[in-house]
Amino acid sequence: MNKRLWRIIIGAILFIVAIVIDVNIEWLNIALYLISYIIVGGDIVMKAVKNIFRGKVFDENFLMSIATIGAMLIGEYPEGIAVMLFYQVGELFQSYAVDKSRRSIAEAMDIRPDYANVKKNDEVIKVDPDEVQIGDIIVIKPGERVPLDGKVIEGNSTVDTSALTGESVPREVEVGHEILSGCININGVITAEVTKEYGESTVSKILDLVENASSKKSQSEQFITKFARYYTPIVVIIAVFLATIPPLVIDGATFSDWIYRALTFLVVSCPCALVVSIPLSFFGGIGGASRKGILVKGSNYLEALAEAEIIVFDKTGTLTKGVFNVQEIHPEGITKEELLELTSYAESYSNHPISNSLKQAYGKEIDNGRISDVEEISGHGVIAAVDGKKVAAGNIKLMKKLNIPCYEGEAVGTVVHVGIDDKYAGYIVIADEVKEDSARAIKELKEAKIKQTVMLTGDTKNVASKVAKQLGLDKVYSELLPGDKVEKVEELLAQKSAKGKLAFVGDGINDAPVLARADIGIAMGGLGSDAAIEAADVVIMTDEPSKIATAIKVSKKTLRIARQNTVFSIGIKIIVLILSAFGIATMWAAIFADVGVTIIAVLNAFRALNVKNL
Amino acid sequence: MKKKFILNGLECANCAAKIEHAVNKLDGVKEATVNFMTQKLVIEGEDEKMPTIMQEAEKIVKKIEPGTVMKKA
Repeated sequence: MNKRLWRIIIGAILFIVAIVIDVNIEWLNIALYLISYIIVGGDIVMKAVKNIFRGKVFDENFLMSIATIGAMLIGEYPEGIAVMLFYQVGELFQSYAVDKSRRSIAEAMDIRPDYANVKKNDEVIKVDPDEVQIGDIIVIKPGERVPLDGKVIEGNSTVDTSALTGESVPREVEVGHEILSGCININGVITAEVTKEYGESTVSKILDLVENASSKKSQSEQFITKFARYYTPIVVIIAVFLATIPPLVIDGATFSDWIYRALTFLVVSCPCALVVSIPLSFFGGIGGASRKGILVKGSNYLEALAEAEIIVFDKTGTLTKGVFNVQEIHPEGITKEELLELTSYAESYSNHPISNSLKQAYGKEIDNGRISDVEEISGHGVIAAVDGKKVAAGNIKLMKKLNIPCYEGEAVGTVVHVGIDDKYAGYIVIADEVKEDSARAIKELKEAKIKQTVMLTGDTKNVASKVAKQLGLDKVYSELLPGDKVEKVEELLAQKSAKGKLAFVGDGINDAPVLARADIGIAMGGLGSDAAIEAADVVIMTDEPSKIATAIKVSKKTLRIARQNTVFSIGIKIIVLILSAFGIATMWAAIFADVGVTIIAVLNAFRALNVKNL
Repeated sequence: MKKKFILNGLECANCAAKIEHAVNKLDGVKEATVNFMTQKLVIEGEDEKMPTIMQEAEKIVKKIEPGTVMKKA
């Protein structure tokens, strides 16, 4: 690469010297031009000749050689050399840009661990992560990257998961927790038992996925490579006609003039500029998305996201946390705090999720000394003596049984009625909680011009419609069995326009068939869930549904860049072709159409990698 | 059977497209993709024809972009 740069510089200096001194001795001038041409473009001509012997004629080396040698033969030395010079500069820039983008994405995805500290018989040795086996004990020191997925058996610490999730808040880990490869251990030393081999661990799966994503070609890329396949031969054929027919047919037309126009055609006929900018844009977009914790499994899916019309959400675990929590406290005759405290105490002996969420909401240690005479009535609830008071907590059936009149209206979620000393004391509603950013997600999707947001759930109508209303969803289908979800998605697929796409968002655990049926399957909370990574086309590593809007923004930006590049480069080329056919555009314009357009398109493509403000 | 190769020195996007097009036409190839950005060629083909496919693919690579070296990944 450096050699190439030096050749270009030396050739360019000689070329400028040749133009500036412009000696009257013609042979000296020509000799200077020829020397600089050989320095600058000798390798291109050599390649062209070699390729002809290999049976490959219409490559760009050949086209450039013919165009430049032709120009010099008709006496246009400066232009011939300039074309070669700029072509070389363009190629150099292009390979530099491609290399840079390959590297910057590799850096962004630099989550590959270099080694693992394996502990064997009280001795810690550094080994390649590939050699570590399931069940081995590894030690992760502060600052080190977790090399393999495992389970913490000693120590606690906080880990930085930002490389995997784009999430900057560190996570706490302690004994019994799972740790994922690719995270960075921040402060404490942790010892862990390896649960997955390197090839199966999170880090290799993610790397594999992102690296292979650009193999699945986008439509834009397919279009441009197809276009290139026809474009070059057609332009070359027109160039041959231009060089030969007009001088014979038109009065006063000279060969040298029309050959010049034909050679200009050849300069514009190189397709590489067109072709390189599209995969570069998508590669950037995929890389940018992965920095945000969004893994897109193919350029085609990134492209499809921009055309999303309907987004269908699964409720539990996607829009809601999938964890039950106290939502409402409606006391009667006592304070909210008292009601919660007494209910938590009464329920404290149970291990039911409801009792756990009560205890969690109460938040204080339960003093067992305050409780006595606990009596659980299955299917009804519990009666216990707390601080000497008779506390009954359970459903309507329990209240009826104890002849306590209670609230019988509708509520969203599970209702725990409480009676204290045979008097109604109010009720507590426990339900799955909506995620913090769900409402924002729906709002941002609307702003991104998504026509319909739909929620599917197996939950009751009450709960479903409340959540839907709270979040501003357009449609909700409730009380669905898992099989019904596929059916509903089929129905919605029939409603969308021919070009529009339907995306289904689930947690990837038991909705694989729906994920597969949708145009784009998006799995949430993919971190650590193999099933989600397998089944989906797009994996959101965090639990945030708002990342879907981010993904769509990244997709739209990438597509906009790809489209700009396509229209711009094809447009400029066609304009220059037309102008040069009429003898208006010179070879200088043609050089711009080739090299200038490449450079601008490549620089534009680089923007796709920048997703900071999305 | 799926085989992965690295195409070291693959510098031209159009050549990548041409290589992909040509390898896909080989007898016994189910699907071949060339990833220009990661310089990878992935061939999925019939098991018994794989040795010939690999030889032919290497010839194609050499012909379309002479500076490229095809290595097993």
